[in-house]
Amino acid sequence: MPSPPTPTVDEAIALGLTSDEHALISEKLGRAPNQVELAVFSLLWSEHCAYKHSKKLLRTLPTEGPQVIMGPGENAGAVDVGGGLACVFKVESHNHPSAVEPFQGAATGVGGILRDIFALGARPIAVLDSLRFGDPERSERSRYLLDGAVRGIGHYGNSIGVPTVGGEVYFEEPYEHNCLVNAMAIGLGERDKLVRSAAAGVGNVVVLYGASTGRDGIGGASVLASAELGEADEDKRPTVQVGDPFEESKLLECSLELLERGLIVALQDLGAAGLSSSASEMASKGAVGIDLDVARVPLREADMEPFEIMVSESQERMLCVVEPSNVPDVLAVCERWEVHGTAIGEVTGSGRLRVLHGERVVGDMPVAALVDDCPLYDLAPARPEKPLYAPAPATLAADATAQEALLALLASPNVASRRPLFEQYDAIVQSRTVRRPEECDAAVLLLPDGGAIAASIDGNGRRVAADPYRGTIGAVLECASNLACAGAEPLGTTNCLNFGNPEKPHIAWQLVEAVRGLGDACRALDAPIVGGNVSLYNEGASGPIYPTPVVGMVGRLPDASRAGRTGFVQEGDAVAIVGRREPSLAASELSRLRGEPLPDRLDDVDVADVRATQEAIRDAVRDGLLSSVHDVAEGGLAVALAECCLAGGIGARAELPQAGEPPVAPSVALFGENPGAFVVSGHPTALAQLAERVHLDIVGEVGGESLHVICGAAGIDSSLAELHAAHDSLRRFFP
Amino acid sequence: MRTAVLQFPGSCDERDALAAARLVGDADLHWHRDRDLRGADVVVVPGGFSYGDYLRAGAIARFSPAMESVVELAGEGGLVLGICNGFQVLCEAGLLPGALLPNAGRRFTFRQVDLEVVRTDTAFTSACEPGERLSVPAKHSWGRYYAPEETLDALEAGGQVLLRYDSAHNFNGSLRDIAGVMNAAGNVFGLMPHPEHAVDARTGSTDGLRIFESLRLAVEGARA
Repeated sequence: MPSPPTPTVDEAIALGLTSDEHALISEKLGRAPNQVELAVFSLLWSEHCAYKHSKKLLRTLPTEGPQVIMGPGENAGAVDVGGGLACVFKVESHNHPSAVEPFQGAATGVGGILRDIFALGARPIAVLDSLRFGDPERSERSRYLLDGAVRGIGHYGNSIGVPTVGGEVYFEEPYEHNCLVNAMAIGLGERDKLVRSAAAGVGNVVVLYGASTGRDGIGGASVLASAELGEADEDKRPTVQVGDPFEESKLLECSLELLERGLIVALQDLGAAGLSSSASEMASKGAVGIDLDVARVPLREADMEPFEIMVSESQERMLCVVEPSNVPDVLAVCERWEVHGTAIGEVTGSGRLRVLHGERVVGDMPVAALVDDCPLYDLAPARPEKPLYAPAPATLAADATAQEALLALLASPNVASRRPLFEQYDAIVQSRTVRRPEECDAAVLLLPDGGAIAASIDGNGRRVAADPYRGTIGAVLECASNLACAGAEPLGTTNCLNFGNPEKPHIAWQLVEAVRGLGDACRALDAPIVGGNVSLYNEGASGPIYPTPVVGMVGRLPDASRAGRTGFVQEGDAVAIVGRREPSLAASELSRLRGEPLPDRLDDVDVADVRATQEAIRDAVRDGLLSSVHDVAEGGLAVALAECCLAGGIGARAELPQAGEPPVAPSVALFGENPGAFVVSGHPTALAQLAERVHLDIVGEVGGESLHVICGAAGIDSSLAELHAAHDSLRRFFP
Repeated sequence: MRTAVLQFPGSCDERDALAAARLVGDADLHWHRDRDLRGADVVVVPGGFSYGDYLRAGAIARFSPAMESVVELAGEGGLVLGICNGFQVLCEAGLLPGALLPNAGRRFTFRQVDLEVVRTDTAFTSACEPGERLSVPAKHSWGRYYAPEETLDALEAGGQVLLRYDSAHNFNGSLRDIAGVMNAAGNVFGLMPHPEHAVDARTGSTDGLRIFESLRLAVEGARA
């Protein structure tokens, strides 16, 4: 077979590299890269793999704490949850594949994040997802993407036996052309048995196991994930991978058995950039070299070229390093699980990634050049001088009554019940699910010692668009508030930074400000960031998405049986508002319904004060003082009260104060949003105990078949049936 | 009593069934290629997506070596419980009448459902009170119980329908609200809802425990 001609600079540019980067690669190699080498470099030096526009920023984030077992850089982060167990978790995006083909895009997004978890030797125990689409009422495309993504997440998670226990979804115009599909996975493993991905031991064997390698997903990381979406995206459909949860189920059990029996030295999943990335990462972390013989890789299509084998993103594959004496046992375990296992290479002392095709060397690259030498770019942030985002069309008159506003808010796709989505997911397999979706503000997963892990995911892009710094702080606080409602203290944070094109100054500004907010909030809460992902270039024909830092947080509570509940429980319980009341309609859901433009900043938040409130709530839940607890978020206090009624199937009466001096308008008191406020119910004496620690106003009483609220001159009186009818509005998008 | 919980590639709920069975006796996972059931008193064919549901749910798992032994055991009167995908496998293997079709809504659906216990004088329901209702989760894409009218008439006449959905909870569109059926001999039972996911108050209800408790009573009664 003759060698293909050496690619030109133009071909390198077509693969997403710059001419300067091509020159640098040539310098590192001492010659121009050949076809295989260019393919490998173009992926490893893509934004998706090299974080070249975000790495400097990410270095500013807090990553350490006594509870942290593994921080950023490994397949996922890990925190100590007691009893010798580690909770492993990470969130990752699969946005562009989902925008092109939602079912497979979302399904393989789940598959990919699950592999990150079990690559560490932890069993995946839960998935949460974070989705963004355009307005489903106006856009058929958004309905199609919503339906496909939900089906895809369900297909993968349900089939592999990992429960989908929570998540969030928002519908906003800026996501019309570029939807977001982020998935967070949580795993549980023995802390002393977690495995790292560093290759070690010169002479050890590199074994590829799992699905065979095909032409799917070639160039996914560079072509799809690191460029803006455009008109001809239909043509990119072949770059989307196809997932097979059955194959992954076998891969998962096979991997855990290999690790349990101590048969492997290192393990890494094959994700973006396939073999190229996995082998380079393993070699880099172990400061060794790796030789791979692509002729030994089991192929779906016999005539694949060496470069195609190196960059294929075929799903459900793992790469491990094995001592030669253990290879027969490793292959036997693979056979038992009906998984292909093939020795395809060897660990060397050369510090180079060598690609062989039989006897012939078809690529030879220094590992350090691949992994460490990609140029990092400084951002050129500039605050935009005029608004980047047009207001959504008004759907609610400015003079609507409080009652009309409440029903419109409950029916808004951003507030409506997520039940029609989560009913398509298995939330209970593995028997750990203490609180199902909508039973508690956070997901709650039972631990063997009777304690539980609580998990939440959040990120309101509209608030971040208004004020990237304070909006991102709000997303972190929202997660921590959700954990407090479960009775959990935060242990660690993961995040996925979904932004537009960072080469544009105003997007760079959003990114810089959001990361500053993320770091400040996580430091203030002692919830270090142990892993995450960056997804840039999320722009479509009509402009960038809302800047969307999706924050995932994991915590622990000592007694699962005392986990908090959202719904009112007991007729006669007192209803109270806890925490600071500084409600504002800035960037609120009500403002969106009214078609108002985004403000150019949000109110300052006293993070230490919110933390103190969260701690008081958390302790009250742990002490069993509260019948119910729910944090005030989109739609403000009135919506929070309605949600407590709907979740509990019981009504309430309340008279709300118009906080502030002078008093705020009733619409602000009812529907204004501010981080750090909670609605709780309980026996008056129990609430009095909580009031010793934190600001608390008793505003009403649980009971009856309707929600009755008075606030100044405004009033709400809605039956539970009426509230439910409004709240169930997403049902119609899933016929 | 000892329970063998079968494990196929693609099983999902086998560990949950194992934990539930261990609440009433000894239990082990049993690999699908292993023909020897080692004297198990009860076999549970668990939920999940055996063989990825390729071809048809349960259509491939029935050919596994362990299933051949299960068919033999059933022929000798041994107790067999099929849950969800396990129910599908037992129907495919001809141990139970009827078939499970795609849900009426054509979507995977997860809901807590109320079940009416039709009979309490069987090996699978004797721990239930007559007229009792069980609250148990159901989660599946292929759960619509179907059989020809004559078969349904015969099943009802023969007392083989053991569980029915509350008609408001029959989301999959099962004929005559049938949630679980027993064979004519009374030793093989399949149901779509998941009793093994209703054995701990912390994660839902404990109503599903009645099914496992009934199995224990049946095995111990047979020995006494």
